[in-house]
Amino acid sequence: MAAQTDDLKQTAAMTMVQALRSAMDIMLTRDENVVVFGEDVGFFGGVFRCTEGLQEKHGRTRVFDAPISESGIVGAAVGMAAYGLRPVVEIQFADYYYPAMDQIVSEAARLRYRSAGEFTSPMTIRMPCGGGIFGGQTHSQSPEVLFTHVSGLRTVMPSNPFDAKGLLIAAIESDDPVIFLEPKRLYNGPFDGDHDKPVVPWSGHPLADVPLGYYSVPLESAAVFRPGRALTVLTYGTMVFVAQAACELSGIDAEIIDLRSLWPLDLDTLVKSVKKTGRCVVVHEATRSSGFGAELAALVQEHCFYHLEAPIERVAGWDTPYPHAQEWAYFPGPARLAAAFKRSMEAA
Amino acid sequence: MSLQPPLALYVPEPAGRPGHPSDFSYLRLAPAGQARRPPVNSSAAELTDLAYTLIRVLDDEGCAVGPWVPDVDTDVLKTGMRAMMKTRMFDARMLIAQRQKKMSFYIQCLGEEAVGVAQALALNLDDMCFCSYRQQSILMARNAPLVDIICQLLSNENDRLKGRQLPVLYSMRDFGFFTLSGNLATQFIQAVGWAMASAIKGDTRIASAWIGDGATAESDFHSALIFAHVYRAPVILNVVNNQWAISTFQAIAGGEDTTFAAHGIGSGIASLRVDGNDFLAVYSASCWAAQRARNNIGPTLIEWVTYRGGAHSTSDDPSRYRPENDWENFPLGDPIPRLRKHLERLGAWSEQEHQRVAKELEAEIAAAQKEAESHGSLAAGRTPDVASMFEDVYKDMPAHLQRQRAQLGE
Repeated sequence: MAAQTDDLKQTAAMTMVQALRSAMDIMLTRDENVVVFGEDVGFFGGVFRCTEGLQEKHGRTRVFDAPISESGIVGAAVGMAAYGLRPVVEIQFADYYYPAMDQIVSEAARLRYRSAGEFTSPMTIRMPCGGGIFGGQTHSQSPEVLFTHVSGLRTVMPSNPFDAKGLLIAAIESDDPVIFLEPKRLYNGPFDGDHDKPVVPWSGHPLADVPLGYYSVPLESAAVFRPGRALTVLTYGTMVFVAQAACELSGIDAEIIDLRSLWPLDLDTLVKSVKKTGRCVVVHEATRSSGFGAELAALVQEHCFYHLEAPIERVAGWDTPYPHAQEWAYFPGPARLAAAFKRSMEAA
Repeated sequence: MSLQPPLALYVPEPAGRPGHPSDFSYLRLAPAGQARRPPVNSSAAELTDLAYTLIRVLDDEGCAVGPWVPDVDTDVLKTGMRAMMKTRMFDARMLIAQRQKKMSFYIQCLGEEAVGVAQALALNLDDMCFCSYRQQSILMARNAPLVDIICQLLSNENDRLKGRQLPVLYSMRDFGFFTLSGNLATQFIQAVGWAMASAIKGDTRIASAWIGDGATAESDFHSALIFAHVYRAPVILNVVNNQWAISTFQAIAGGEDTTFAAHGIGSGIASLRVDGNDFLAVYSASCWAAQRARNNIGPTLIEWVTYRGGAHSTSDDPSRYRPENDWENFPLGDPIPRLRKHLERLGAWSEQEHQRVAKELEAEIAAAQKEAESHGSLAAGRTPDVASMFEDVYKDMPAHLQRQRAQLGE
């Protein structure tokens, strides 16, 4: 879908970190109600450098450090949003959002509904997520389904610098609370699951050519990341690139849909693709059982039943906590995806 | 073999149980007029003594004594008296309406009317209050429309919250009353965030946060204290210690051998412990705290010592866990007769005046109830449109909710 912008011509090569920082910088400049805070976010510029220089540029009352209290960070942001600010807060790792769950589920998500619109929570909660970095149990999780299940939240995950900036601007501008999940494996370069290869930087990648100015990528819009005819892959985040590698590995001409907005989602783009290919493989890093893939598979079954030529396949993390030493046996790499592609193609 | 005696788990018990009257000597009381009144720019460390004593103004004879006597117009006290009476009469009437099955649920604030009313009168109308479900007295002090309040209780066609919320979980932004949540303590940190926002924008408004003794055990209480202290947020952090959290005595919440005000001191927040049934003390302490907040000095925590005179809710029977006549023996009495005695001493109130005001309020509440009931109720079947249940989940209704709303009609 086309991005909305005032100037797309002036661009620069950006990593996802730089693109996210640019989005916050632009919104801090454009909207005086935007405030950015979280642990190590202020002076230091964030443990992943996503907010580097923002405090110096916009001042300590707009960008500041917070105590190590996730429920405090989100709870304070709910109060600020109710006042009329537009807070953009950071949870250092998605694995550490659980103390804030009550504030997210019971408060941020419900404020508009329970007050019949008297109070709203236009806030964005950024959190680095995903594995593939030897992060072990508490620096690798993908908790997206715990948000997509909550009425009132929007859950978003970009897979590249261009979308990261455009989606983050759209999230900050949204009057609904947005959970903004950032695959930290993609912060500095795309990753196709081949961990033996040296890390490829973003520079040179077409999606790393990011406009310097303001633009947004609409929420509830999926992108066809790779057009194909054989089967449809429904995925997001790091797994977009893994799916691309699996196409090359298997020689199967898969159509890769990058959901971008997980919930509410762009159902039309999904359904159109599956109706065209007749086959569907759902892929995510998060654990399999009751994962977001289950919702995707159910939606495809409901909307594309008479077009399906094979059972819907799900490739996901195993139903275990994220291990350290067994990282590459856990992470759904190109070989596991390629095997699922083949099963789908060989089904009756 | 260890020579040590075996360890034993200590589990606090209340001061009284059914059939056994409470020994209220656990309350750290002080005579009226005894506690000092420090300068508003005092640091937390300089106020340690005030977190362990009790600030009181009205003595047993209804005289206002000591350094905390507020500089307040008699008319304000009369307004407060009327708002307290209104709160109590409203509660009594809604309790009956619940028993008549006109509404599914109600919560009264019997005995706690002074804390909400007096603080509301010490604040400006545009200062935002982040309440628990037992501060309806703030709505009464701010003259929020009774019809709207009762329509919410009835979940009827005119319910501002469109039937989505349990009775008593009001939201009245126009009266500085933040949307109530069923989840305890969540609003305490939100109040701090609201106050931080007011400071970020260079506003002059302050926030008033409310929590009960039991809910101070929730983690959001502690988050609120830390954030309020770190950012010097312009907020009044009110802890209403009514001694009970449903059936659990305040000792189970951590109140034994300490005070809730002491939490504030430990967090670096100026803290006071005040007689919550003493209207003048509540008004005076609230003014002191509001002045601190408005002058960028920082937050104040106030523990209001009071007693939950009624049942926890219409679903609760306190005779199963506490003495039947406990409230009558509570040393700080009842806030309404205490202020009445003071006003009568000033010659500003009388038996005739009391009867006249009571009669007026009775008529006002009865008329409001009648009008609210004319808009239907959950029991009578006239409730908000079912299709409206899909609205306001998001600002704009996403496709999946539009599909579900269409399915509702199938």
